[in-house]
Amino acid sequence: MNAALIVLGKECRESVRDRRVLLNALVLGPLLTPLLFLILMHMIVGRELEQAEKPLPVVVIGAEHAPNLVDALRQQGMEPRAPVADPEEAVRQQRVDLVLRIGAQFADDWRQGRPAQVEMLFDSSRQEVHGQIDRLQRMIEAYSSRNGSLRLLARGISPALVSPLVLARRDLASPQARGAVLLGMLPYFLILTALIGGMWLAIDSTAGERERQSFEPLLANPVGRGQILLGKMLATAIFSMASLILGLLAFLAAGHFMPTDDLGMGIAIGLPFVLTILPVMVPLVLLIAIAQIWVASYAKSFREAQTYLSLAQLVPLVPSIILMAVPMRPQLWMAAIPLFGQQVTMLRLLRGESVNPLAIGIGAAFTLAAAALIFQVTLRLFQSERVAISV
Amino acid sequence: MIEVHDLWKSFGKTQAVRGASFVAQDGQITGLLGPNGAGKTTTLRMLYTLMRPDRGQIRVDGLDAALDPIGVRRRLGVLPDARGLYKRLTARENIEYFARLQGLTQEQAAKRCDELLGALQMQDLERRRAEGFSQGERVKTALARALVHHPRNVVLDEPANGLDVMATRGLREVLRALRGEGRCVLMSTHIMQEVAALCDRILIIAQGRVVAQGSPEEIRNQAQEHNLEEAFMKIIGAAVVQEPS
Repeated sequence: MNAALIVLGKECRESVRDRRVLLNALVLGPLLTPLLFLILMHMIVGRELEQAEKPLPVVVIGAEHAPNLVDALRQQGMEPRAPVADPEEAVRQQRVDLVLRIGAQFADDWRQGRPAQVEMLFDSSRQEVHGQIDRLQRMIEAYSSRNGSLRLLARGISPALVSPLVLARRDLASPQARGAVLLGMLPYFLILTALIGGMWLAIDSTAGERERQSFEPLLANPVGRGQILLGKMLATAIFSMASLILGLLAFLAAGHFMPTDDLGMGIAIGLPFVLTILPVMVPLVLLIAIAQIWVASYAKSFREAQTYLSLAQLVPLVPSIILMAVPMRPQLWMAAIPLFGQQVTMLRLLRGESVNPLAIGIGAAFTLAAAALIFQVTLRLFQSERVAISV
Repeated sequence: MIEVHDLWKSFGKTQAVRGASFVAQDGQITGLLGPNGAGKTTTLRMLYTLMRPDRGQIRVDGLDAALDPIGVRRRLGVLPDARGLYKRLTARENIEYFARLQGLTQEQAAKRCDELLGALQMQDLERRRAEGFSQGERVKTALARALVHHPRNVVLDEPANGLDVMATRGLREVLRALRGEGRCVLMSTHIMQEVAALCDRILIIAQGRVVAQGSPEEIRNQAQEHNLEEAFMKIIGAAVVQEPS
């Protein structure tokens, strides 16, 4: 253990003197990711707000057959546009988002009290027009039911008769939970901060040490290679953790600039979140450190290791994408999967929900077990002659 | 004392060391002499347990390297072919790091470092970072690192490589001093003057085995040449003819 501490001390001292390491671990990592996240938030929120208030441009064909309908729609925010020659083709070629076509017999049908048809032309494969389609459909349905009620009243019938059911939608998501939909990426950004923080030291103390040919003299000392590996792993973890703490503080500060109020959302990224998440992250940081050293130990040069580890930064994105694409109810078994478990825990905390201490315990145990396993694999690599020899 | 018996090592199809056997005695400088690719570095790497031999036995002060590699490394001071200093650390920090890994306390390490800085006349390097060291300064620092724990046995791979005349002289003095203290010094080299000037015993190694050994005098007699270099060429030539690879 003593030897591991000596290695740890030397790795830290050496890294503190490397401007590259400091810049990446203590400045770029902790600051870049919150900034990136903030920009992303503003973009998403900005777009949603814009879409909700903006007039809805719709090409209307045959407006003269239903002036009342068009007026009513205009009052609700629709902006009628001049007709185009071949509306089907225009929508297909994406020149036009949405077309409302009112047939010549509309007026006749309307007067006779027959269901009068209006057509909506759109391309449902275009994700960005879904919101507009829904808005127009809601406007038309509202107009239709309002007029239906009026007709019944004119004949002395209560409109309530044709509404045997009334559906009341009550969204019980807490403001935090609504915010967390947008914050789904936050766990990834935090883990990314930890990854960036440890990466340079992991490379420098393995592939870098081989490249500079200092590994061979080091191994000639009467110290087990497990001790050397342990020291390097702990040094990497310390830098990773420092980066994470700074990153969390940056997020804490960035929280004030997040446009959450505009959407009526709350985000639980206060000091309690930080204090809860830190112990949850410690086992994960250890796992990340040893995994980075493992990968970097395969590389012969600094650059090669850098390539591998840059690709490895995408790995924590997998649980994030799964959680966003396939929303799952948090269950205990998820805690047992390293990376996944911690991300679920973070999301729950961000939603302002309480976290099962058992889940945190299981997560820590399984993550530490994974770290121990990778440590053994890396140790075997360290003991091979391939790693020891520089040239 | 370093004893090597019937050492074999191959990398894939290449047989680097093929049955090397020799003894390096305490109080003597033993030179491992051979052409490039003769297996000198590989032999030394097996000595300080960086590599495991395929076959054969290594004993350092009676300890078996296969059974007690850490004990063996404790009794060895090693100057590997790769000097490998830590560039962002000063000479003192480089030396003290290895002293601590050898088990010295912080105070012992600092005190021993002072001694070595004086003995190797490198006080001016003490607080400089290894970043801009010359070849000679690098060898000095690496040598101090290797001697930091008073090893009974000192193994040096091509110690004079890249050194100028002044630095070479300094190195010779250090090695003679080590011999004077009764330590076992084993160095590999391909520089004939080094061998002639320093070595009590010469091991000529070619194609992975020891083809001749003895004092410089004995080597010359064996080859019936007056000049050590001629003797070396003759012995190597004979070995290569006997076993074309």
